[in-house]
Amino acid sequence: MPTIARPPVRHPGLPVNALGLSVRDYEGAMSTLCAGCGHDSVTAAIVQALWELAVKPHMVAKLSGIGCSAKTVGYFLSGAHGFHSAHGRMAPLATGVSAANRDLLLIGISGDGDSLSIGIGHLVHLIRRNLRMVYIIENNGVYGLTKGQFSPSADIGSTTSHGATNIMEPVDPMILGLSVGATFLARGFSGDKAQLVPILKAATAHRGLALVDVISPCVSFNNHEGSTKSYRFTREHEVRMTETDFVPPSPAIPTSIARDGVTELTLHDGSRVRTRAVAEDYDPTNRLAVEEHLREAHSRGEVVTGILYVDSSRPDLHELSGTVTQPLVDVPFAKLCPGAAELERFGVS
Amino acid sequence: MTTALVTPSAIPVAGSQVNDLSIRIATVNGSGSSSANNLLMRAIFRMGLPVSGKNLFPSNIQGLPTWYDIRVSASGHGARVACPDILVAMNTQSRQRDITAVRPGGWVLWDSSWPLEEASSCPDVTLLGMPIARLCADQFDQPRQRVLLQNVVYVGALAALLGIDMGVIGTVLDEVYADRSRLRESNHGALILGHDWAFEHFPCPLPCHVEAMERTRDQIIVDGNTATALGCVYAGATVAAWYPITPSTSLMDAFAGFCRRYRRDPDTGCTNAMIIQAEDEMAAIGTVIGAGWAGARAFTATSGPGLSLMNELLGLAYYSEVPVVLFDVQRAGPSTGLPTRTQQADLLNAAHASHGDTEHILLFPGDPAECFDFAVRAFDLAERFQTPVLVLSDVDIGVNDWVVPRFHWDDSYTPDRGQVLGAADLEAIERFDRYANPDAEGVTPRTVAGVSARGAYLARGSGHNRYGAYTEDPQEYREVMDRLSRKLAASALRLPPPVVEWRSRARFALVTLGSGGPAVREAAEILGAGGISTDVMRVRGFPFAPAVSEFLAQHDRCFVVEQNRDAQLRSLLTLAFPAIAGRLRSVLAYGGLPLCAAEVFDGVTAQLTGEAG
Repeated sequence: MPTIARPPVRHPGLPVNALGLSVRDYEGAMSTLCAGCGHDSVTAAIVQALWELAVKPHMVAKLSGIGCSAKTVGYFLSGAHGFHSAHGRMAPLATGVSAANRDLLLIGISGDGDSLSIGIGHLVHLIRRNLRMVYIIENNGVYGLTKGQFSPSADIGSTTSHGATNIMEPVDPMILGLSVGATFLARGFSGDKAQLVPILKAATAHRGLALVDVISPCVSFNNHEGSTKSYRFTREHEVRMTETDFVPPSPAIPTSIARDGVTELTLHDGSRVRTRAVAEDYDPTNRLAVEEHLREAHSRGEVVTGILYVDSSRPDLHELSGTVTQPLVDVPFAKLCPGAAELERFGVS
Repeated sequence: MTTALVTPSAIPVAGSQVNDLSIRIATVNGSGSSSANNLLMRAIFRMGLPVSGKNLFPSNIQGLPTWYDIRVSASGHGARVACPDILVAMNTQSRQRDITAVRPGGWVLWDSSWPLEEASSCPDVTLLGMPIARLCADQFDQPRQRVLLQNVVYVGALAALLGIDMGVIGTVLDEVYADRSRLRESNHGALILGHDWAFEHFPCPLPCHVEAMERTRDQIIVDGNTATALGCVYAGATVAAWYPITPSTSLMDAFAGFCRRYRRDPDTGCTNAMIIQAEDEMAAIGTVIGAGWAGARAFTATSGPGLSLMNELLGLAYYSEVPVVLFDVQRAGPSTGLPTRTQQADLLNAAHASHGDTEHILLFPGDPAECFDFAVRAFDLAERFQTPVLVLSDVDIGVNDWVVPRFHWDDSYTPDRGQVLGAADLEAIERFDRYANPDAEGVTPRTVAGVSARGAYLARGSGHNRYGAYTEDPQEYREVMDRLSRKLAASALRLPPPVVEWRSRARFALVTLGSGGPAVREAAEILGAGGISTDVMRVRGFPFAPAVSEFLAQHDRCFVVEQNRDAQLRSLLTLAFPAIAGRLRSVLAYGGLPLCAAEVFDGVTAQLTGEAG
């Protein structure tokens, strides 16, 4: 399972973004996941979103824990540093990276086992910290690398490819997030890139922790009849709760999308998200109502997608902590060390 | 569940009892005695006398017995003494057993407001009864004062009994309560009350007393946790992550306090540091790894149970080569163990923390001065060798009051950031491969995020080759593993060398580490006085420097004195130097109290006697 570098061949006519980079500049090594894996589609959506936003590759830190999802940090943005760490520990690492350098855009790729089982404690507290980060859960309801055990997001009654039936309640990261103070919650489907790209762009612009749960079917172990995380089930049961347009903070704001049911959310960096609720009276800023909608939809067996909840008023960890605006890694040593004269005064005597 | 301080064989008391005495103050936890005890210690220190304070406290907030030992030693011995000369028996719960620990011929100051039921069982000591509670009840109106000021009354009584300068205590009181005039007045009142009553009713001063000297000039009183925290500030640490655990908590409290003082921008109110109280120790070390990987100087502080939880990610930091600084203030294990009691029982776990082949740099500070110094060195070593550095102190060093030389700083110090390539460096090379091009010490240049896309790489805990790419190729995997081994071996030469005291190039040696130093040096003196000459070595780093094996090789018998059951230091020495392992003998003290010279003396003489027989 070695890393396979992508051949550096470019089509000369590829369009470039504001940085003069083509979409190929946002790609990484070749994926070694199974053919048809939902995760590869998520990777493609990330590449597209970052290219469209003209993010500087070297200002991104890619983080992951362990699992099929975790491997994908190698498959995009080869010009960015990445850390493929330990199972469930992405959130603590991310906290440290952000603490050290608040100018970096953190993109974390996790899975349902990584985030909702072994790392669930860390996820809860990362949400509470409102660390500025795009946190993607590639959610397939199954442990792929260990060949098909249920994950904590498997629905009651769903079956494994071996025929076992899950009897335990699933953990829904969206409802979990609402209960511990999440400020940005969205759900996408790996098979719906048109929806996922604007969600990821909005997540990137969010002031704090943007938790994006992406239903991403496992073609090898969880794409059968009886799975509730299969391509077929998701396509048949997906309900788009909101439609999303992302408007970057630029003078050229399209004005044509205002219509009934539109909620416009201004994010911290001045960009705006316009979500149009498909369900009547769905308000992505009303925490209690959102939770009720999600629970009802779940009881109907629906997979609700879109930007589900946004609160851009809450400060992120650095703002809450009152750290300097300059990244801590850039603060010169002379400002950190109190010096000899001060030390002479130290100590009880 | 009353505990008592155990009694190893008493060392014969030296002839002079001036400026060579120990006081044990037995109180009830939570009764407010600690500020009074500090007052006493500071006053003795101000009189120019070498003094040490050992807080022997229970894992409890209120109600259980607690002891504070103060030792005055003109010759500078700071180790705990098992059998005090003077006991202040303020706790009826532990009183009977406390009295039996007093050395024969000693004195017991006790509260005679109530009768002493067991007086007949302690014929060897002089009982000094003083109605402390009743005096306070008569003197003070408020119930709270009547309780709290009993502590200051016994300080006053001790001042009279020991000849402590009342003017000096008064000055210290004024400093402590500079901003609280009412407290200052009532404390002064209690001090004088205790002093005058004792002076009137007891033969003051006792034969065992203090006289002013000038031995504490340019010295300070400080505990190891505070000194460590200050070292982190001076080293330029900007990210700290931790999970509260006794006895390391005061380290992070101190760091937070120093950051408020030294790291806050007066104009913006913003701080040049971030302290994260994590959800658990795994998160704490993970945060430190993330910050270290991103280029900050980052650290965590913990104790044994936390170190166990951090094992997993210490392996990640070792293998992905990320600088990490970890302070382990050791307590008695295993499991929860004795959270407030001291031990040196994390050595093996720390040296090889995590699964697979791992090895970590360890530093063993011996007192708070070294805590400060080693904190700074730890960051330099971690960055130079791109690996975790674990600094192992313990309860005794971390939370007790030590008198050490005043700290000094060289303003020309610049942090050793090791090999970190900047944007210009990266432009100058054809390509960057994270684990390629090692220097003579096996260290390869690293990069941090946010500088240049040319330096980008994917760090990983999975098998990787010199390019940083995933590999399952045996050759490629081993190449990296072998380089890591070379790197750790090379680090030994940059660690603080052992401190060696040659005493006439003796056949026997005492070997110790950390807080064992004072007791072992004192034991060497006592052994020497009895005709058994020993050289002394205090080990300060792991992997061991060549000087360690050279010292061992020059002695027929090396008594390795350490505070754990399983001879962990001796085990590490045996693994490192199998050829001379046969010379090593163990002296083990692991009851949880700071080491005293008597334990060392007994352990050595018992074995020598056994060999002779």
